[in-house]
Amino acid sequence: MVRLAYVQLAGCCGCLVSLADTYERLLDILDEVELVYCQTLMDEREIPECDVAVVEGAVCLNHEECVEVARGLEEKADTIVALGACAATGNFMRYSRGNEQSAPTHEAFVPLTEVVDVDYAIPGCPPAPEAIERFLTLLLEGKTDLLEPFAKLAEGKTEYCGCDLMYHVVNKNMCMGCGTCAAACPTRAIEIVDGRPVVNEDRCIKCGACFTQCPRTIWPGDDAIKELVMGGEEE
Amino acid sequence: MSELKEIMVKGDEGLLGEHLGVFTARSTERRILRVTQDGGIVSSIMVYGLEEGKFDGVIAAVADPDDPEEPWKPRPVVITDPDEVLEAAGTKYTYCPNVSVLKEAVRSHGCERVAMVGTPCQVRAVRKAQLLPVGMRHVPDKIELLIGIICMENFPYEGLKTMVEQLCGVWMREVAKMDIGKGKFWVYTDDGEVKSIPIDETHPFEGEPCHVCTDYCAELSDLTAGSVGSPDGWSTVIVRTEKALELLEEMVEQGLLEVKSIEEVKPGLGLVEKLAQAKKNKNQKEIEERKELGLPEPGKVHEQL
Ligand SMILES: Cc1cc2nc3c(=O)[nH]c(=O)nc-3n(C[C@H](O)[C@H](O)[C@H](O)COP(=O)(O)OP(=O)(O)OC[C@H]3O[C@@H](n4cnc5c(N)ncnc54)[C@H](O)[C@@H]3O)c2cc1C
Ligand code: SF4
Ligand code: SF4
Ligand code: SF4
Repeated sequence: MVRLAYVQLAGCCGCLVSLADTYERLLDILDEVELVYCQTLMDEREIPECDVAVVEGAVCLNHEECVEVARGLEEKADTIVALGACAATGNFMRYSRGNEQSAPTHEAFVPLTEVVDVDYAIPGCPPAPEAIERFLTLLLEGKTDLLEPFAKLAEGKTEYCGCDLMYHVVNKNMCMGCGTCAAACPTRAIEIVDGRPVVNEDRCIKCGACFTQCPRTIWPGDDAIKELVMGGEEE
Repeated sequence: MSELKEIMVKGDEGLLGEHLGVFTARSTERRILRVTQDGGIVSSIMVYGLEEGKFDGVIAAVADPDDPEEPWKPRPVVITDPDEVLEAAGTKYTYCPNVSVLKEAVRSHGCERVAMVGTPCQVRAVRKAQLLPVGMRHVPDKIELLIGIICMENFPYEGLKTMVEQLCGVWMREVAKMDIGKGKFWVYTDDGEVKSIPIDETHPFEGEPCHVCTDYCAELSDLTAGSVGSPDGWSTVIVRTEKALELLEEMVEQGLLEVKSIEEVKPGLGLVEKLAQAKKNKNQKEIEERKELGLPEPGKVHEQL
């Protein structure tokens, strides 16, 4: 049985709620793992050794314990998953400037991918329940070849945000105006004008959903789609 | 065996995508054929699906030929009333972001069984959204049917306008229908005039992003419809999934579709395969050339960052 720790750093719990939103599928997933740590659901104080650590939230560089927990993960977990944009790519935590009443000196929040070697990153704010379910199912089934895109995203080279969509898709002559990015955006920052996205940068929270969802940035392969989507699994 | 199964034939799956069979068809309803592009297959399926409650929403492209600013510029719509399906009939030869309203269909319109028509690239986008739905909460299992349309290329709006107004000499708002076939781009006007230009003259206006696309037949659709291969007023239909086959069999049984073996008609399946091959060759070459220039490969952008 896979030993799984769910670690919450500087996040809002939204990713955990999204995971729970998979409803009955959550129970199936829980059947296949041994949950060994989860601050919200369990009384366990120390992260034990585990196979997989699923991490939500950013790392606060001004908070010693938070940095320690993050750094310690490499020792404790065989596989580290950055779940959600705060852990994966930065998200709106990038815009934090401190001066919040609860902890006025906490102002540097960076994604986990910037602090430790992360194996897989799942952008989105929060990632859709179905995406988390798909990811965990593939991970538990050991179909790591299909997780390759998430491994690549874990390198954390950029935010994979609306700007990246402009630089790497539209500006490289690859956007055919399907509109997927606009549908994926949780803040409605994207409008398709004359067949191309226009990103309202004031609204963009850098969640990475648009870039990750665009069919021209990351193509998972026709075979995976035929097997897992068209094979009738969805019905 | 159903009538449909009897006449279906199989083609080269390397070119057409995996399929159960191909045939030629058209709607039996005059009100549909009057406004649709070819055999009205796409619209017929949408009307039937909505009427029978198989879908509770369909996504299609609507354009207003009389729009004072941008006549014929399409926008995606979610249609829930079968009577409104025909308002979206007909091909608009410019990009229309059909997928942009997918989440809206599910979340704002509350649709549970959505059908979408789309170009091959749009069908691919939705399939990816079902496989890895990072930003597509509650969408993946609400997609009932993906209807692909065969597509060689598309045009930016201003390119299309130039083709129509400058090369064909017709104002956009006078256009009743546009079509590509028999080596030409055709414009039919409201007054019954017909203008055409050789397809070669349209090439400079093709959208560049279409040149890295190697999917001609919407290989990941449930079914695909196109004009190529079938006579005027008929559609070539490629059926891929059991779900689509059942739906089409029902429609044939109920007399909504007239069907023929594609082997009985001209130009036939060979032309579909020939053009699919041509698109794949040409655009694969373009992808290779782009790589030499250091440009990213479609689908692998994340690897190159
Ligand atoms: C850009 C483009 C290029 C095409 N190229 C070819 C080709 O090379 N060879 C070929 O055989 N067929 C091609 N087609 C398909 C063909 O024009 C017909 O759409 C198809 O044969 C279906 O005919 P129908 O009578 O069943 O469609 P209809 O019943 O008229 O329905 C067509 C449906 O397509 C939707 N639609 C129209 N324009 C767009 C658009 N731009 N984007 C998304 N959806 C749209 C409409 O809303 C409508 O629901 C192309 C279509 C498009 C949009
Ligand atoms: S998802 Fe990608 S290809 Fe589609 S409109 Fe957005 S940027 Fe363009
Ligand atoms: S544009 Fe929207 S989807 Fe893209 S990163 Fe910004 S908020 Fe996220
Ligand atoms: S050629 Fe390809 S990219 Fe262009 S509209 Fe058609 S399917 Fe889309």
